[in-house]
Amino acid sequence: MGALSIRKVRKSYAGVEILKGIDIDIEQGEFLILVGPSGCGKSTLLSMIAGLDEITSGDVFIADRRVNDLSPKDRDIAMVFQSYALYPSMTVRENISFGLEIRKMPKAERDAAVDRVAQILQIEHLLDRRPSQLSGGQRQRVAMGRAIARNPALFLFDEPLSNLDAKLRVEMRTEIKLLHKRLGTTIVYVTHDQIEAMTLGDKIAVMKAGEVQQFGTPSDIYRNPANLFVAGFMGSPSMNFIKAKVCESGSGLGLEMESGGERFAFPAVNGEGLAAWKGREVIVGIRPEQITEVVDSHGDDPRVVRQSLPIVLSEPTGPDTLLLVHINGAKVTCRVCPDFAGVPGEKMALMFDLSKVVYFDPSTEQRIK
Amino acid sequence: MAKPKITVGRIALYAFITYCCLYYLLPLTVMLFNSIKDLNELKAGSLMAFPTQVTFEPWVKAWSSACTGITCDGLRGYFWTSVAIVVPAVLISTLLGAFNGYVLTMWRFKGSDWFFMALMLGCFIPFQSILLPMAQTLGKLGIANSVPGLIFVHVVYGTAFTTLFFRNYYVAIPDELVKAARIDGADFLTIFRRIILPISGPIIVVTVIWQFTQIWNDFLFGVVFSSGERQPITVALNNLVNTSTGVKEYNVDMAAAVIAALPTLLVYVVAGKYFVRGLTAGAVKG
Amino acid sequence: MQAQTLSPPPRSANWLDTLERILPKIVLAPSFVICVVFFYGFIIWTALLSLTPSRMLPRYEFVGIEQYASLFANDRWWLALKNLAIFGGLFIFLCLVMGLLLAILLDQRVRAEGFIRSIFLYPLALSFIVTGTAWKWILDPSIGLQKVLNDLGWTSFTFEWIKDPDMAIYTVVIAGIWQSSGFVMALFLAGLRSIDDSIIKAAKIDGASMPMIYRRIILPSLRPVFFSSFMILAHIAIKSFDLVMALTGGGPGFSTDLPATFMYTYAFTRNQIGLGAASATVMLGIVLAVIVPFMYSELRSTRRG
Repeated sequence: MGALSIRKVRKSYAGVEILKGIDIDIEQGEFLILVGPSGCGKSTLLSMIAGLDEITSGDVFIADRRVNDLSPKDRDIAMVFQSYALYPSMTVRENISFGLEIRKMPKAERDAAVDRVAQILQIEHLLDRRPSQLSGGQRQRVAMGRAIARNPALFLFDEPLSNLDAKLRVEMRTEIKLLHKRLGTTIVYVTHDQIEAMTLGDKIAVMKAGEVQQFGTPSDIYRNPANLFVAGFMGSPSMNFIKAKVCESGSGLGLEMESGGERFAFPAVNGEGLAAWKGREVIVGIRPEQITEVVDSHGDDPRVVRQSLPIVLSEPTGPDTLLLVHINGAKVTCRVCPDFAGVPGEKMALMFDLSKVVYFDPSTEQRIK
Repeated sequence: MAKPKITVGRIALYAFITYCCLYYLLPLTVMLFNSIKDLNELKAGSLMAFPTQVTFEPWVKAWSSACTGITCDGLRGYFWTSVAIVVPAVLISTLLGAFNGYVLTMWRFKGSDWFFMALMLGCFIPFQSILLPMAQTLGKLGIANSVPGLIFVHVVYGTAFTTLFFRNYYVAIPDELVKAARIDGADFLTIFRRIILPISGPIIVVTVIWQFTQIWNDFLFGVVFSSGERQPITVALNNLVNTSTGVKEYNVDMAAAVIAALPTLLVYVVAGKYFVRGLTAGAVKG
Repeated sequence: MQAQTLSPPPRSANWLDTLERILPKIVLAPSFVICVVFFYGFIIWTALLSLTPSRMLPRYEFVGIEQYASLFANDRWWLALKNLAIFGGLFIFLCLVMGLLLAILLDQRVRAEGFIRSIFLYPLALSFIVTGTAWKWILDPSIGLQKVLNDLGWTSFTFEWIKDPDMAIYTVVIAGIWQSSGFVMALFLAGLRSIDDSIIKAAKIDGASMPMIYRRIILPSLRPVFFSSFMILAHIAIKSFDLVMALTGGGPGFSTDLPATFMYTYAFTRNQIGLGAASATVMLGIVLAVIVPFMYSELRSTRRG
């Protein structure tokens, strides 16, 4: 067992099952992300780890200790909230040392802890201010300082960056990652933002409707999504899904495609599992960055195909231009270099790198391996 | 905000408002003027006439020698009786209301919301429905016709309102504040003392002012549950005004009315905006 | 963000933690007792008393609705009810009108608005006894309004309502409105101020005139304020006791009796506890008849959202 173990945890409230059996294990020092759309149960799970909510069934172990029956203050945890939850009537210094004060730490030690934390977070100059006098980013730091000062076994973050504006969010994200590197603490972090999930986490648990859809490293989840939901949720712009019939093509299997009236077939790369699907429709998943303008560096790689397709829409984002095409009736986004972007209404030669394509069963939505 | 132009409409507006103001100020000015008039001048003239000779004798009389029923010691004693009732009653009912509001918003448990509704409904019961049993109960508890008895009654029936005020105020405090405190290790009382109470200033002021006004101005409980010297000033005032021995001394009556009204009026003048906040806080439900 | 109530901390073997769990309930306990015993318990007690033949002291024998029968055979009670209808109806209606009117006036960006508002509101800080006393003399024909106007030359002016058994109840209305309309004004003013400005701007751009805007947009959005004001005013009207005692003492005779003064007189001065209890229970019934439909409609409308 490692730093945190969640075993078969369920939660019901007023007859509704909110969490349907969660199993997660992480080691000491790992950064766990709980990510998913609103209502998936991630915040509830966090509350239960914290001890703010009762566990209907199952067990939670923190540092090899079963904590089901312990109140929050006995679980050796600290939490950073979305709204920071700083005590309005206390100064920053008092806010940070409050938890230590309750635990009867002597004043000298408390002051030392506050100073240490303030230095790490660069908030020494704010120690005598009240929360109302701080900006959003400063309050966020103080909230983290309050958590760090306690030096707990487990840090819990509940969507801490959601209340910040976009630019600040990116800054703070980096700071949190640096802090994690520096302090080596075990962290459980809840967010609905998949970019935060990808950049911060060592392990990600993608949740939906009270269940863990997939648990793994960021690259794992990105490259080998377990089902349609995970594939579509992670990655921005999200993965393209094209319904295509499996046919025979050359020496192997192919996928029937049609765009702008023209029919063509793509080879079913990595499609060993598709043998049983000949003649039936599967969902092909291909990420926008795998559809680009024609680039010669791929040479004659058979997994890379070229096709000219009519462009429907063009969205320049600065670093790339997103082009929209229709394939098999689906909206497909392509990521091209702005210098080579085609014009809507005209055809453009696109290159499809099929080496990373994934296939899904249309009825179960699971990945076809 | 652009200044509105001076039109006929605006003039009419101000004229009407002034007229209304006079209607509202009338009784107060009548009381004040007549409380410093000589009785003969009052009877010769009328209530609205401005006093030509100012005398404070009616005030002195109202305070120390006017007749309120069988005793003729003025309002003096009853004033202090009211103070003795109001101060503890306000403090206790406010404290209870604060704790109740705290529990009802941050430590809710099964049935606590129903309890709140039941308590709120209690704000609306006509007191006539509880007078008789309360009279019996006060007798059995041995505090009938006493200051502690009146304090008790006012606390019991004031708690519904104070709870409403505090609850409506605390409901706006984010849940996460208490969650953070619990994770920090604070318990029920510590959270109240160190975190909630320090930010309760505004609602405490509103509640205290509201309760002070209600209890000081109460008449029903005073007249039903006390007699003789233990009566609050409102009852004494009514007795004074309605005593029909001898000559009607209108000026003394007026002075007595002003004395009785002074504390709450003063509170209003000094802290009026909190008073208004109290009204809208209590009346705007939920 | 999901609005979540805080669950109680997980069960624990530690007795200190158990104390922590039940502490909130302990804190609420006194008020719980108050509510159960002194509100609802006493109401039931009074209702029970109304079914007994108690006179000076309670006698707990059951006599059915005898007291109610004699209550409704009592002319004075019928007069009290009639007065309540007259007083209540006029009081509520005129307070709403005055309050709304004053609020609209004050909302017109008047100078010294705060000062004027405090003039309209100060009557609330006064006891009904003080109010009653002041108005008693103002309305007294021999020294009050009548005399003033007579002295000023208008000798034919009479205003003896307060001495006239048929008209005295209307004097209670006058004094009551004076006391309470400021409160209604404060509520309406808050309601007016909370109306989103952009809605009014949109209406103006659409070409609506101010009266039309008032009628079609502003007044309808004040509906909740109308309702809460109505409820509170109704409550004040039904409870009215202090004002009548000070202004007219119930008189002349008992022509300005209201159920509240009737109850007090019979229960506490005439030693007719059973009858008094019956009158109190009827008063409770009247209050419930007003409040319950209102609460019900409020609950339904909030559920529909």
